[in-house]
Amino acid sequence: MTDPILKVRGLTKSFGGLVATRDVDLDLRAGEIHALIGPNGAGKSTLVQLISGALRPDAGSVQFGGQDVSALTTAARARKGMARTFQISSLAMEYSVLQNVVLGALGRRGDVFRFFNRVMKDQQLLKVAEKALVQVGLQDVRAFRTSDLSHGQRRQLEVAVALTLDPKAFLMDEPMAGLGAEGSQQLQGFLDQLRHQAPILLIEHDMDAVFALADRISVLVYGEIIATGTVDEIRGNPAVRQAYLGEVAE
Amino acid sequence: MTRESCLNVVLMGLLLAVPLAAWALDEPFIITLTTRAVIFAIAGVGLNLALGFGGLVSFGHAAFFGLGGYAMGILAYHAQTYTPLMDWPFVIEGTKSMLVIWPVAIVASGLAALAIGALSLRTSGVYFIMITLAFGQMFFYFTISWSAYGGEDGLSIYVRNSFPGLNTMDPIQFFAICYGLLLLVLWGVHRMANASFGLALRAARQNEERLQAVGQVPYRLYLTAFAISGAITGLAGALFADLNRFVSPSMLSWQTSGEIMVFVILGGVGRVYGPVAGAALFILLEHTLGGLSPYWHVYLGAILLGVVLFARGGIFGLLAGREVAHD
Amino acid sequence: MSWILLVEQALNGLQFGVMLFLMAAGLTLIFGVMGLINLAHGSLYMVGAFAAAAVAAATGSFVLALIASLAAAALAGVLIEATIIRRLYDRDHLDQVLATFALILIFSEGTRWAFGSFPLFLDRPEALSGTVSLPFGIEYSRYRLALIGVGLAVAAGLFWMIAKTRVGIRIRAGENDREMIAALGVDISRLYTLVFALGAALAGLAGALIGAIQSVQVGMGEPVLILAFVVIVIGGIGSVQGALVGAILVGLTDTLGGFLLPKAFALFLSPAAATSVGSSLASMSIYILMAGVLLVRPKGLFGGA
Repeated sequence: MTDPILKVRGLTKSFGGLVATRDVDLDLRAGEIHALIGPNGAGKSTLVQLISGALRPDAGSVQFGGQDVSALTTAARARKGMARTFQISSLAMEYSVLQNVVLGALGRRGDVFRFFNRVMKDQQLLKVAEKALVQVGLQDVRAFRTSDLSHGQRRQLEVAVALTLDPKAFLMDEPMAGLGAEGSQQLQGFLDQLRHQAPILLIEHDMDAVFALADRISVLVYGEIIATGTVDEIRGNPAVRQAYLGEVAE
Repeated sequence: MTRESCLNVVLMGLLLAVPLAAWALDEPFIITLTTRAVIFAIAGVGLNLALGFGGLVSFGHAAFFGLGGYAMGILAYHAQTYTPLMDWPFVIEGTKSMLVIWPVAIVASGLAALAIGALSLRTSGVYFIMITLAFGQMFFYFTISWSAYGGEDGLSIYVRNSFPGLNTMDPIQFFAICYGLLLLVLWGVHRMANASFGLALRAARQNEERLQAVGQVPYRLYLTAFAISGAITGLAGALFADLNRFVSPSMLSWQTSGEIMVFVILGGVGRVYGPVAGAALFILLEHTLGGLSPYWHVYLGAILLGVVLFARGGIFGLLAGREVAHD
Repeated sequence: MSWILLVEQALNGLQFGVMLFLMAAGLTLIFGVMGLINLAHGSLYMVGAFAAAAVAAATGSFVLALIASLAAAALAGVLIEATIIRRLYDRDHLDQVLATFALILIFSEGTRWAFGSFPLFLDRPEALSGTVSLPFGIEYSRYRLALIGVGLAVAAGLFWMIAKTRVGIRIRAGENDREMIAALGVDISRLYTLVFALGAALAGLAGALIGAIQSVQVGMGEPVLILAFVVIVIGGIGSVQGALVGAILVGLTDTLGGFLLPKAFALFLSPAAATSVGSSLASMSIYILMAGVLLVRPKGLFGGA
């Protein structure tokens, strides 16, 4: 088996006296969708922020593409191909759809300190941007102002921007949040294909989606991973049933 | 052509037509007034790069305006008194040539902006506003206590500095120089806004998290924008001092910072030509209201309040509508 | 160097510091509770000074003058809060800066129109004139000593109010969570008006007290306002303790810097050069202090992590 693309070891973070993440180990392997689930307040957001570099851990390491990236900033991790989508759409809202995707391609290429080029006429960037837009199906609204997009379209645009980063792995924070049944279904089909391009660490509340998509599931409760396994293993795990599903039933 | 570019052309045309008409009618005062507007416009275009495109609310741009002014004042002062600027470790003479003075003003104020920016950008939001204001004040008090160059009284220059082939003491010729520089600066800022740098910088203003997620660091973009912004405002300062043939600490006062910001707001934040409209309107108000009452700042305050509370896009927002997303 | 002179300068620094605190406390409270940056705070300082000077000229009573300064500044505060400031709470900082900058223009020119451009003078009360003998043979201005006393008393009162009274509890709650306090049924807009009026009154008081040392004139507020900004940047925005520590630091640095730096440079420079370099550097000293604090703690000494 090849080495995992993302390898999290012993990650720990506390805020004041409250331990938000405790000694977390997590792997993301090529070609898989690895879902991270857990009840509200289990520390999923903190864990995502630790992996993406928005927060610094108290202990532990994050390895990405065989390299220790623990000391790197969010930006540096993104340049290494860690593509993140946000729980609440995080886009340049005054920009057109195309501008947002070109921004991604530009960020990836890295030459932002050019002062006299015509960035929106740069064929290389436009090619990458166009390809991403077509892949998520937003090519017809490319000239729309982002703030005029529907909620579902914004989610798609997030993924499109992530695609321009030439991603080695996706870090998706609740991509289904706020989507209707139809939109959710559509995105599911899309993610199902996407895993072959790069593996996905999927943080998601929608259990139907998780059970349908995930190759493996990790369950986070009170900042600790209490189980990792295939869908069937997790379904049958008594500790999970008690700690997690028990809470859902409430 | 979009409404915004129509407005740009009309604006620049008017700014050229008014002094030409005044020249034909032999009204040098009007030419000087328009020259003031043009110079203020350059200062505003500079600030707009930081404020409008980068979202950096700098309340200390008077420091760069004043530094540009003092760069011109000090060089010209040494030239007119035939004393070297320094004689150790090597001799530097003063100069009366604009072609030397401008680069010095640009570099000096750009470096100052780099230093102030590097410190101030460690913070954001309201801290940034207060800190830039405080640093501006630091330069203000420094020039007041700098007795070698006139302290509180400032420096007077007898004759305007020289530009090859032109008589700079002729109002219309000096206007032409300033107008040419404004065009150059506008062209540069317009290109920058539509270049890689502009795309990333404006994205940083809208959403820093997004910029980081595509692998870029907002701080570097902000600092670069702030330094270029300071340099442009410094150039305007050198021209302003040349226009008045006088430089004094009042150029660095906090009111000056506030006024430069007013040019940007009156015109329309984040529009390349916005500060031009703002500066022109400011001069127009100063001239007409100032003629009505010595307390015209009351009216200016009321108009500014009205714009902030009810017409947030300034002149460009009113006349050209919402900014069109580029395709 | 005379030690007595040094102690005197230190006392001057302390006096300057506590007066800065009166300004900074209001600014920092208003920012902490309402999230508003108020440039017109210096105008309220000026309003207080002018009200005091006018009332003192009419009645001859310093106490009445002080009461007038508090009342006039608080009234002006309530007036602008209810008409303009209130619309700015939800706006971004740029809008707040511009609108309150516009208010400065209106206040300054309005005052110039009403009182003219010449400075007014506010006499110190008879009872506080002259000097007082302190231990070790130090003679010090009775009025300035009183200012230190008043300033520290106001600071103590403010801390007590915030820690112990119901209004104080609401202020602290408002700093932490605006929605929460509204949900608890506290009339948020009345609380805001109250906090704004309190800050205004403190600024007005400072204006009157300082007005008796310096002259009372248009534009007197803004230099103090900017120093108060430096104070709260150093102390940490929103922290009243930070404002007190920052104010005293700035007061002492400014006064002692102006006194000591020329002397320090005189040790190795010619007297003329020492005075020139020393006073230039002294005029920048508090900003250098601010830069230093920022390098170590970008959110100020008492700001959150």
